[in-house]
Amino acid sequence: MKNKFVKWLSLPYAFWSIAFIIIPLIMVFYFGLTDKTGKFTFANILSISLPVHFKSLLIALLLSFISTVICLLLSYPLAMILSSLNSKNNKLMILIFVLPMWMNFLLRTLAWQTLLENEGVINTILRTIHLPALKIINTPYAIIFGMIYNFLPFMVLPIYNVLCKIDKNLLNAARDLGANEIQTFLKVTLPLSVPGIISGITMVFVPALTTFVISDLLGGSKILLIGNVIEQEFTLNSNWHLGSGLSIVLMLFIIISMIITAIFDKDGEGSAL
Amino acid sequence: MANVLKRIYIALIFIFLYAPMLVLIVLSFNKSKSRAKWGGFTFQWYTKLLSDSSIMEALVTTLMLAVLSALISTFIGTIAAIAITSLKKGARTLMMGITNIPMLNAEIVTGISLMLLFIFFNVKFGFTTILLAHITFNIPYVILSVMPRIKQLNPSAYEAAMDLGASPFKAFFKVVFPDILPGVFSGLLMAFTMSIDDFIITHFTKGAGVDTLSTKIYSQVRKGIDPKMYALSSLIFVTVLVLLILINILPGSGKKAKEK
Repeated sequence: MKNKFVKWLSLPYAFWSIAFIIIPLIMVFYFGLTDKTGKFTFANILSISLPVHFKSLLIALLLSFISTVICLLLSYPLAMILSSLNSKNNKLMILIFVLPMWMNFLLRTLAWQTLLENEGVINTILRTIHLPALKIINTPYAIIFGMIYNFLPFMVLPIYNVLCKIDKNLLNAARDLGANEIQTFLKVTLPLSVPGIISGITMVFVPALTTFVISDLLGGSKILLIGNVIEQEFTLNSNWHLGSGLSIVLMLFIIISMIITAIFDKDGEGSAL
Repeated sequence: MANVLKRIYIALIFIFLYAPMLVLIVLSFNKSKSRAKWGGFTFQWYTKLLSDSSIMEALVTTLMLAVLSALISTFIGTIAAIAITSLKKGARTLMMGITNIPMLNAEIVTGISLMLLFIFFNVKFGFTTILLAHITFNIPYVILSVMPRIKQLNPSAYEAAMDLGASPFKAFFKVVFPDILPGVFSGLLMAFTMSIDDFIITHFTKGAGVDTLSTKIYSQVRKGIDPKMYALSSLIFVTVLVLLILINILPGSGKKAKEK
């Protein structure tokens, strides 16, 4: 298939990606680096140092960090259990995680309001078994909860994929050479699963850091994340310049996590697909 | 003992993932409009659903977007995947790097970047702008699911077909295409799913007057969700579930799974 004609076939997609991926990103920088009169300025980017903006960035970083850590701690054992099951169920397992996507993402997140509310399902259950009620709706905890719920599959799938690819002979060899289960895990399984872990971390951290929907739905619109600030600049205040400036700051964090992924996951082994 | 613990763990995660689904299905039968109160059992939201023209319109928009964006992105993406594999290493890395941008970038940034593009070039916001945005974020999923299939191809098969007198076109459709078809199909399905479930990018690229189910639900968050939405989502979910079960138990599908 290595003939000249086939190479030319990449042109339509090349044009598409320039028009709808590259130029739009240049637009973000153009708007972010100019003011309303079109004059060059750093003011939009530097406005991140305003207390309101800076606080929203810090909260977003903190909440997304906590959610990512919890997702990792929940997913790793799960991925290990799933990968140790019969591999014929492979597709089914992935299906179980993709299936919830067929119920609208906003409704799924809103359903947690019903579950978490002070008079909600979970608290009713807790009360009937005489346990103290949880007061987490409209608090940062509810946002963390929503993040974990929405992004958990993105952590499970890449880790599951790398774990499935590990050659079972390696594990047997380690055991034959006298390693116990913990040593086998620490010296063989864990290092080999690093690409999946890193890929999972970026796939959870980036959407969690940048979300505005989850904080909107579960935080009672009292807690503003950096995503909420940007969204409001675009839709409520129509201040595209300020919104773009803040997005450039946000992209910095995204680029850092992309670079980390690229270093650890050169062959795309950890991809979820 | 360890096995029991493992099962309990899987079950807990499973409950965690599916509890909201159950809540939504229960709410779709709730007579009370409130999300927090159970007002008795009713079918009315299902029966009233069809006559609600604004929800039906949003459903049609959502489905049209999903079908069109999935088909177009599968077409562009499949061709792109074939072409990219034939490129030299440098060009290939560059193209794959660009392909990864929409996948790794935050949806809000993709959304506002496209919004700015349309603002800058004075494009009228509406169905077309959403469609362009959906195709854009769908293409990478198609490329990434077709690519591994192309890498597995045996290049001699295509050449052999040509040696035996097939035109390049015929050789492609008789030899190459059947081999990459599963990848194309899963890319198509993925694109369709992504488009249906998208809210963020649609939110930034839609104009006034055009609504998908997601954006309609979002606009109802403050004033309270119309219970018909729960009914509709439950219907969609159950339909997909039944389809998937049918596909998995239909005779012949098991054979395909083994071949893989």
